Amino acid sequence: MSEMKKIKNLKEFSTSADRFEGANLLCPGCAHSIIVREILNATNDDLILSASTGCLEVCTAVYPYTSWDASWIHIGFENGSTAVAGAEAMHKALKRKGRLKQPDREPKFVSFAGDGASYDIGFQWISGCMERGHNIMHVVLDNEVYANTGGQRSSSTPIGSSATTSPAGRISYGEKKNKKDMLSIMAAHQVPYVAQVAPNKWKDMVKKIQHGLAVDGPVFINAMSACTTEWKFDPKDTMSISDLATDSLVFPLYEIIDGHELNITYRPKNIVPVEEYLAAQGRFKHLFKDEYKYLIKEWQERIDAQWAYLQRREEARV
Amino acid sequence: MAFDKMELRDIEVWDGNFAAAQALRQCQIDVVAAYPITPSTPIVEGYAKFLADGYVEGEFVMVESEHAAMSGCIGASAAGGRVATATSSQGLALMSETLYQASGMRLPIILNLVNRALASPLNVNGDHSDMYMVRDSGWIQFDAYNPQEAYDLNFIAFKVAEDHDIRLPAIVNQDGFMTSHTAQGVKTLSDDVAYGFVGEFKPMNDMLDLDHPVTHGVQTEEDWHFEHKARQHRDLMTKVIPKIEAVFDEFEKLSGRKYNIVEKYDMDDADVAVVCLGTSVETAREVAKEMRENGIKAGVVGIRVLRPFPFMQIAEALKDVKAIAALDRSSPNGAAGMLFNEIAGALYNTGSKALLSGYVYGLGGRDLTKTHLRDLYKELQANADAGKVTTQLQQFIGVRGPKLAFL
Ligand SMILES: Cc1ncc(C[n+]2csc(CCOP(=O)(O)OP(=O)(O)O)c2C)c(N)n1
Ligand code: SF4
Repeated sequence: MSEMKKIKNLKEFSTSADRFEGANLLCPGCAHSIIVREILNATNDDLILSASTGCLEVCTAVYPYTSWDASWIHIGFENGSTAVAGAEAMHKALKRKGRLKQPDREPKFVSFAGDGASYDIGFQWISGCMERGHNIMHVVLDNEVYANTGGQRSSSTPIGSSATTSPAGRISYGEKKNKKDMLSIMAAHQVPYVAQVAPNKWKDMVKKIQHGLAVDGPVFINAMSACTTEWKFDPKDTMSISDLATDSLVFPLYEIIDGHELNITYRPKNIVPVEEYLAAQGRFKHLFKDEYKYLIKEWQERIDAQWAYLQRREEARV
Repeated sequence: MAFDKMELRDIEVWDGNFAAAQALRQCQIDVVAAYPITPSTPIVEGYAKFLADGYVEGEFVMVESEHAAMSGCIGASAAGGRVATATSSQGLALMSETLYQASGMRLPIILNLVNRALASPLNVNGDHSDMYMVRDSGWIQFDAYNPQEAYDLNFIAFKVAEDHDIRLPAIVNQDGFMTSHTAQGVKTLSDDVAYGFVGEFKPMNDMLDLDHPVTHGVQTEEDWHFEHKARQHRDLMTKVIPKIEAVFDEFEKLSGRKYNIVEKYDMDDADVAVVCLGTSVETAREVAKEMRENGIKAGVVGIRVLRPFPFMQIAEALKDVKAIAALDRSSPNGAAGMLFNEIAGALYNTGSKALLSGYVYGLGGRDLTKTHLRDLYKELQANADAGKVTTQLQQFIGVRGPKLAFL
């Protein structure tokens, strides 16, 4: 295991990026780029990266340019995890055969994918990688929508959100199903580490990434990624929206070790009502009509119940 | 090489699948990512057993689908090592998205494709619908007619594909069951000689060179996509055939076994010729010999390399023939057969006056018998004598019910 990178303060942290360029085509205010920088900045390890088709991919490797200064591969929408698993297998094989060019260095293998690429189409590939125990980290850039193709629902899209394939309309409040619980599903693979992170809680994120890169075996990280375009907020508000998400507990920060040991890693001092989080984004605007106010109440109840559940699990160590 | 060598007899009795598995062992593949499907399964099972017995040193990743098998192969190949897998039919169909990705990224992966019909109806037996389905995917395609060739063509495929001037993936086809499950004497190469022939893998732009990061699988739109595809096509059309010929020559020096881009049999003075692929080439040769004893100057042209399609060699082989039958083992589903079309294309500019007709045969494992071929040669002779196609342009061989003919 390599030395963990020591990080003193945010200023130093944010400027230590030299593997992911600011020169990319992501929207201003896109949290994808913030998350990627935070992850790459969290470690000095050599990295072999992949991205599945989605905003991150199409905005960072447009020939003849690349935003990546670490080896990076994109194959398709569903298979970024398996691409990195293949590279990891090759690394193992060449190491055994003594054919690595830098045998004394141990690169880490990380795949990035959107929630669509992870929760839906790429689900099987990720499950396969987790089950087979590849030494890789899969990171979901969870913006709760297919952003790259213009805002269609995914199985991560929360109830009541207006997406282009589940639009709010005269007789509909938008998405009818609640967000899929990927963390539980991934933890059920009995992998060494799964965690939920958010870019505004960068110290928590760094800790989790460093832990994840250090463990031997598959790691699953779900990163909340506020999308200015599809969530419909002002690009300057990415961090404040993210704060609302973590402080309202819509997006609780926790980790699950070895499939069962759950730790809550962030407890807001002042829990913000869900209403504030919803009100800050255009995608939930229609919920504030009188006829849908009951949904906001239901949202709050659901979040409270989930928070209680997480705390019970933490306490019970199961 | 830190693995155990395997002592082979000069001639071993192997079926096509085991012959391919042995070739993969001798090439010392670094990563195999695979998913089982009949009739190709024994190839990766064989490889897994070699691994379990310490005869290979690579990584075997038993993934959860064929799409993941090729995805893993792509990641592994981009990481810089020798990579192979095997599949058939539905497996290839599921994998097909990734075939284009592998070739577009210029990754020299070898796929042993054991040819089988595509559902529906479900059928595990051999025909060429899977091979044809991916014909435009940018992969080089070799075709083995028997277990010996399934063995030899793997070495040849690696050597062509991994050449730094080529860097394209390649498929080695063999007929499901007829080749894959039929044991024959296979002349072997010793482990050292075989590995010496393919050589150690030389990476290029590999992701594991940590001091030289690379970006693989970029996005191009109308500004560059055409150039990428055009260049890939140019390399297929201009570089691959000469390279294959050179490797065939080298292989002949090593083994005494001569392969040709187009395999001509009795073509020097042939009046009538059958053009086909796979095991039917061998049957056609037998029948051609017989026809000659009965006064029909019959010949056979076997396609050895389906992609890039050897237009020039085909045209040359058929230049003096009066009547030709193109045999397609795939349902044309609303067109003339693929070989029919491509041979017509090859002949069009040569001034050839040959009469070309297309025959569809052997779907879903149906036999192509000597009797079928005898009748076919007689029909070709009748065409040649009459100076026109006396039946219809497209016929089906051996289908029950009323005779099927079109066009
Ligand atoms: C097999 C396949 N189906 C569909 C698409 C079209 N497609 C490309 S990106 C995308 C959505 C990406 O959404 P997500 O994974 O959530 O990532 P985001 O763009 O939101 O970051 C879709 C549907 C594709 N490229 N490939
Ligand atoms: S659409 Fe959303 S996820 Fe995509 S680049 Fe813009 S802000 Fe980022």
